[in-house]
Amino acid sequence: MIKAKLLRTAAVLISVMTLLVSLSGCHGSREALNEYEMPESFDMDTEYEITFWAKNDTNKRQTEIYAQAIEDFEEYYPNITVTLRLYTDYNDIYNDVITNISTQTTPNVCITYPDHIATYLTGENVVVPLDSIFDDEKYGLGGSEVRFDSVGRDEIIDKFLDECKVNGRYYGIPYMRSTEACYVNKTYVEKLGYTLPDVLTWDFVWEVSEAAMAKDEDGNFLVNGQKVMIPFIYKSTDNMMIQMLRQLDAGYSTSTGSIQIFNDTTKELLYEIAEHAKTRAFSTFKISSYPANFLNAGQCIFAVDSTAGSTWMGTDAPLVDISEDEIVEFETAVLPVPQFDPENPEMISQGPSICIFNKEDPQEVLASWLFAQYLLTNDVQIAYSQTEGYVPVTERAQNDPEYLDYLSRGGEDDDVHYQVKIDACELLIDNIDNTFVTPVFNGSASLRNAAGQLIENTVKSCRRSEEINEEYMTALYADVESLYRLDQIDGSQSGNKDLGPLPTEAKILLISLAIIWIMIIIYCLALYKREKTRKKY
Amino acid sequence: MRKYLALVLAIVLSFSLLLTACGETEGEPESTQGNTDADVTTVAEGEEEEEVSEGDEAVEVMTYEEYAAAELDTEVVIEAYVQAKQSWWEDKATIYTQDADGAYFVYDAACSQEDYDKLAEGTKIRVTGFKSEWAGEVEIIDATIEVLEDADTYVAEPVDATELLGTDELISYQNMKVSFTGLTVEDSGDGAAYLYAWDGSGVDGDDLYFKASYNGTTYTFVIESYLCDNTTEVYSAVKNLKVGDVIDMEGFLYWYEGVQPHITSVTVK
Repeated sequence: MIKAKLLRTAAVLISVMTLLVSLSGCHGSREALNEYEMPESFDMDTEYEITFWAKNDTNKRQTEIYAQAIEDFEEYYPNITVTLRLYTDYNDIYNDVITNISTQTTPNVCITYPDHIATYLTGENVVVPLDSIFDDEKYGLGGSEVRFDSVGRDEIIDKFLDECKVNGRYYGIPYMRSTEACYVNKTYVEKLGYTLPDVLTWDFVWEVSEAAMAKDEDGNFLVNGQKVMIPFIYKSTDNMMIQMLRQLDAGYSTSTGSIQIFNDTTKELLYEIAEHAKTRAFSTFKISSYPANFLNAGQCIFAVDSTAGSTWMGTDAPLVDISEDEIVEFETAVLPVPQFDPENPEMISQGPSICIFNKEDPQEVLASWLFAQYLLTNDVQIAYSQTEGYVPVTERAQNDPEYLDYLSRGGEDDDVHYQVKIDACELLIDNIDNTFVTPVFNGSASLRNAAGQLIENTVKSCRRSEEINEEYMTALYADVESLYRLDQIDGSQSGNKDLGPLPTEAKILLISLAIIWIMIIIYCLALYKREKTRKKY
Repeated sequence: MRKYLALVLAIVLSFSLLLTACGETEGEPESTQGNTDADVTTVAEGEEEEEVSEGDEAVEVMTYEEYAAAELDTEVVIEAYVQAKQSWWEDKATIYTQDADGAYFVYDAACSQEDYDKLAEGTKIRVTGFKSEWAGEVEIIDATIEVLEDADTYVAEPVDATELLGTDELISYQNMKVSFTGLTVEDSGDGAAYLYAWDGSGVDGDDLYFKASYNGTTYTFVIESYLCDNTTEVYSAVKNLKVGDVIDMEGFLYWYEGVQPHITSVTVK
């Protein structure tokens, strides 16, 4: 009897201990949020405060449009207050979001890149998947209960929407799209005796750039009569490498995250770039400064930058960073980035997307989703796209008479209808089918940085008179791979890498389970033997 | 027998859970952080690996004259005194340094948080890096920093650069601690005495841009938010400026497509 009591007490104690142990396992780490489920209806009687982290291109009009969008949205939903936090750099948003994931203090709505979303997804239920939300009859895209004229799913350009897919699910919606353009000083190209083609080739750009390096006896460049000339400047060298590899159908990464960038084609491209970095015919934003400043000062001929940087480009650019007396007169041509096969041009699709972060209160998430949807309405899409060389992401906006009128008035003024900006928009509109995006996976943002780093390091090394040879390339690949931990990304994606010995805790658990199973089997055998013995009698 | 067996099994299971639970508590946050960090902090780690210890090798330290004469994109080694720290992020520090002869802007030098904390005003450091120029600003990049702990200290007195504004001579004072006296605050746009970001597109906490004139010429000045954030006196002082105010200022003679001083103090006369 006492024994039975003791056994019961021990059993209770063990149960309590097991429970405590289970709970203590959670101590120190915040509990993950549940997967988001759309509420039946939106609660209009409760006040919701949501935060929106947005990026502007250091452009006052964009800030004003965000503020106006918030004001207009709050009229439809007076119980939702949106607080805007502005950034001028995508990476700053990315870093801040990552810092805030662990404390569950992420914003509600955030401008982002799909590459970044892939990293956010390493946290459980951090970003809200939108597949089912899109289709929700009441609050989805074009939903019956949405208080404003929400766009339907079929009105969002498929190609842009698909860019927001990560691991087969939609984790974002596109907000604006842009690509890169080559802003060319056509006057100088012709002065050098060349005729500008409709589509630039890399060979053409390199050749003209080298020709522009000729100097007079006093050390002034013949083409501009100045002491400074960097004929070819690239703003985003990550895009440069990515597009070059794509155009050559060379390896970058697989869709599952296997890293392929460290290949022979990349090396050949770096050797080519090095040739022109040595002569100083080529440089980068990180090394020299903004391409627009050099272009406008007559110190650059081929300036590659985003179409969303078009308002800075050209003699009459509405936005300038250099003093007026430095600006020279020239004709600006807006062309696609240089190509290896001009018959089949390929260029990157970029631009901001929007993601929604999960919260404990599903109503708060629904409020966020409603605001995100509002950013797709014509009022926001058309107004924002006119601030820079952006293209709206909905067919509704692209086909709106107001937008078509805007496009048709290129050159009417050097402000809203600045010719270079509208040329940049049309460049993308005409080439939507020629755009591409790189695979998105956890670590793809690092790979992108690595792609640019290869060029930056090579150019710097050339300027520092280092020898660029096989030994250099081997070291460069190793350095960049290590710097961005690309070897680890590859392993985590493919699952083929040796993960090393099991942790001690895992070993203990496995051994314990084995002991328990052995004891169960022994017990069963004993039981079986006893039954058998009984039957004999 | 069954009861004993159940008890033994439960004890074994509980202890194994206890041990594994401890493992999870430590491991879980690490796995999440580990993944995210792969994209964020790798640069710093990589750079750490690239750091080369100079050991006892003799190092030829340049004078300011030698540094000024050095070609761009060549390796330089200087010793100077910290005048202000602008930022530290992912093991990279940006600092204003100066000696009795001239100033050096050290951009994104490899520097641990521990070393950065040691960089009090006046601290002597050795910087090894490459002389470079970005938008007119001459700086030392891709550098490493060595704190010379037993060395002397030096805090520069600001050089009055008011009369140098608009002259070709001004650039020879680039990056130095300077002062300006008797400048008049001008309209930065729509009657505002200052703007958040260069065109007013920013918000509180961003860089402040303001204009001030001397002898009929207007110049742009910046409160660099990494150097002086919105909790500092100078940030508040600029927010209280009015067009027409006559002011004295101190700061560093930074360059961005022309002179664009980073101001650290403003006094309204």
